[in-house]
Amino acid sequence: MQQASLPQYDEMFRPDGTVRAAYAEFFDWYEKQDRGWLRNQDKEAEGFFRRTGITFNVYSESDAEERLIPFDMIPRIISAREWRRLTRGIEQRVRALNAFLHDLYHRQEIVRSGRLPVEMLRDNAAFLPQMIGFTPPGAIYTHIVGIDLVRTGPDEFMVLEDNARTPSGVSYMLENRETMMAMFPELFTRIPVRPVSNYPVHLARSLGACAPDCAEGTPRLAVLTPGIYNSAYFEHAFLADQMGAELVEASDLRVVDGRVAMRCTTGYHPIDVLYRRVDDDYLDPLSFKPDSVLGVPGIMDVYRAGRITISNAPGTGIADDKALYSYMPDIVQFYTGEQPLLPNVPTWRCMEAESLKYVLDNLADLVVKEVHGSGGYGMLIGPAASKKELAAFEAKLRANPHNYIAQPTLALSTVPIFTKAGLAPRHVDLRPFVLVSPEGIDVTPGGLTRVALQKGSLVVNSSQGGGTKDSWVLED
Amino acid sequence: MLGRAAQGVYWMSRYLERAENTARLLNVGLRIALTRGADAAQEDEWRSVLVTTGQDTLYRAHYADYDSAQAVNFILRDKANPASVLRMIESARTNARMVRTSITSEVWESTNECWMQLSEALSRPVRPSNLGEALAAVRRQTTQVRGAIEGTMLRNEVFNFSRIGTFVERADNTARILDVKYYVLLPSLAWVGSSLDNAQWETLLRSVGGDRVYRWLNKGSMDASGIASFLILGVQFPRSLIFCLNKIMSNMNGLALEYGGETPSQALVRGSCMALRETSIEQVFEQGLHEFLLQFIANIARIDTAISADYRFVE
Repeated sequence: MQQASLPQYDEMFRPDGTVRAAYAEFFDWYEKQDRGWLRNQDKEAEGFFRRTGITFNVYSESDAEERLIPFDMIPRIISAREWRRLTRGIEQRVRALNAFLHDLYHRQEIVRSGRLPVEMLRDNAAFLPQMIGFTPPGAIYTHIVGIDLVRTGPDEFMVLEDNARTPSGVSYMLENRETMMAMFPELFTRIPVRPVSNYPVHLARSLGACAPDCAEGTPRLAVLTPGIYNSAYFEHAFLADQMGAELVEASDLRVVDGRVAMRCTTGYHPIDVLYRRVDDDYLDPLSFKPDSVLGVPGIMDVYRAGRITISNAPGTGIADDKALYSYMPDIVQFYTGEQPLLPNVPTWRCMEAESLKYVLDNLADLVVKEVHGSGGYGMLIGPAASKKELAAFEAKLRANPHNYIAQPTLALSTVPIFTKAGLAPRHVDLRPFVLVSPEGIDVTPGGLTRVALQKGSLVVNSSQGGGTKDSWVLED
Repeated sequence: MLGRAAQGVYWMSRYLERAENTARLLNVGLRIALTRGADAAQEDEWRSVLVTTGQDTLYRAHYADYDSAQAVNFILRDKANPASVLRMIESARTNARMVRTSITSEVWESTNECWMQLSEALSRPVRPSNLGEALAAVRRQTTQVRGAIEGTMLRNEVFNFSRIGTFVERADNTARILDVKYYVLLPSLAWVGSSLDNAQWETLLRSVGGDRVYRWLNKGSMDASGIASFLILGVQFPRSLIFCLNKIMSNMNGLALEYGGETPSQALVRGSCMALRETSIEQVFEQGLHEFLLQFIANIARIDTAISADYRFVE
């Protein structure tokens, strides 16, 4: 899809071709490197990822295969000043998300105040009645958050999406850095890049701090994975390994003496904190999906009795539901009493008659998304669509307006990627990772930069051919 | 340690060992095919390899004759064969992937590399001229994994389960090779003890990588009883039945020490080990070698089942 007409903000080069300050040192180094050698390093990076097994599984065709997410070796660099601003905005947003979740499962003040229509909760599968009236340790619902940001100008960052249930991609943040340090160690002595490698230590500490009162000694952590065929299995194993936690599947767990325990070679041993990487539906067949054989029967009872901490809390998905996204500025304002530091992307709710009319009138200029879709599937990118596609989508919109939201087509910022012909600008987004515990909010300096590898493309999802970059935050 | 992880480490090691032993068997078949022209001998050889690996019935369901290239490809990589070497390597790697948090990154990477290299090497039918190299690659890659385990793993429960898997598989494989090969070579029991054609006996020893070491120990004399004794009771030979049982026992002792208690499977292993230590080769032949080996193989299967139950491999 071509968007050449939109003015784009390139993060490395100014419009006159000079290099921005954050990239000056890197560019100076880059210019001095032999191109043939760089191309060779580029190939080696792929070999490294293959050998270590950093793959994700794709099931699009009949064969499940393991694919690599392409890695681009030009880093995405964020200045200390930009990062400070971002951090404040992210912390505010995460505070609001947790306060919002607590309110939704208790007094629902935000609904009473009329700021959020009750329809947003009614019939929403992400809202779990089982959580009503229950407060998890420290009143923390989302312990691990990924906030997707896009940029349109020097100081214009916007939140595209909140990932409050089970954000993935943090292992790529860590492995991308490892790869860069292995390939170009001299860069890290020249340029003061803030480290990200202690993320797993912080994660373990953060989860440990949320352990239930019945935990004895060092809290016992386990990562719950759907298994080796899950697309993010590598990440589950990686994080468990780095934290020194057990990597468990539901079949390893059962409720024993009022605790959730894992089947070890010497018997069942209780778990204090479960970092689950499975959906709510697959947690407990007794509570959620009676026909399911997946999950741990009775785990919700143990959870509600305060004898295990589940991270992120069940029912957290309501906070990153696309239908609720457009209310986030109100939500931030309602719970923090402050104006949002990070704006949303302007969003029209098609269920509102006036908005629907605007969206239909301007369909060719807008991006329309399904409320419950993810991964870049089922969306319309107006400027890239044919007349026929527009007409087909219009019919879908009229038939079921509740299912859609619309946003303007943004001129996403670009960062160059390394190609055979040299540097070439490509659109990017950024997912910083945030840890929340009773001790505070910890934003890891960096994150996952996803990059659309096709010229002009705005779709950065790895399931749609996007790649990743190492993301650098510079020291002051 | 999770029971499922113990199971994964155990089976990862079993599959690697089985792949390696199968490659050795194929290597012997290859030598026979190269040294002797007679079709009948080749056919016998490939059939004995298929019988040893338990794949003969399935093979005959698909193919009418024991053509070399056909048999080799069936055992190595045929999609119709769920127990092909390639599938064993895949299974080893799948298990390693499942227990990634229990093994060192060097063990994982060498297993992954093993799978990547052999998937590539076996992605197309292997021609006779390339077979030697393909089999050497299997041995080299599996040896590398063993080296990584030996060189980087903590000497704890994980290591013990891995070693137990290796030696349970090896004990089973050596017993099967001995059983099948011995009878191919020795149609009549009356021949036991008589001097035989050295070249034939060498193939049996070569199948378990023991031809040269046997000669060092026996100064070149080859007789059926000596060879059987070497493969069953040779305490120095790392593929003999007694050696494997001794190893299983010492690794089970390691587990008991770490867990602070004995298990029924451990008692079973000790019983088998002690009994074999007190057995002479004459007693083996008295009982009948074939009967002895059948009993041994069944015993190994019992040990496998007991270990799986004692250490909660499954719910």
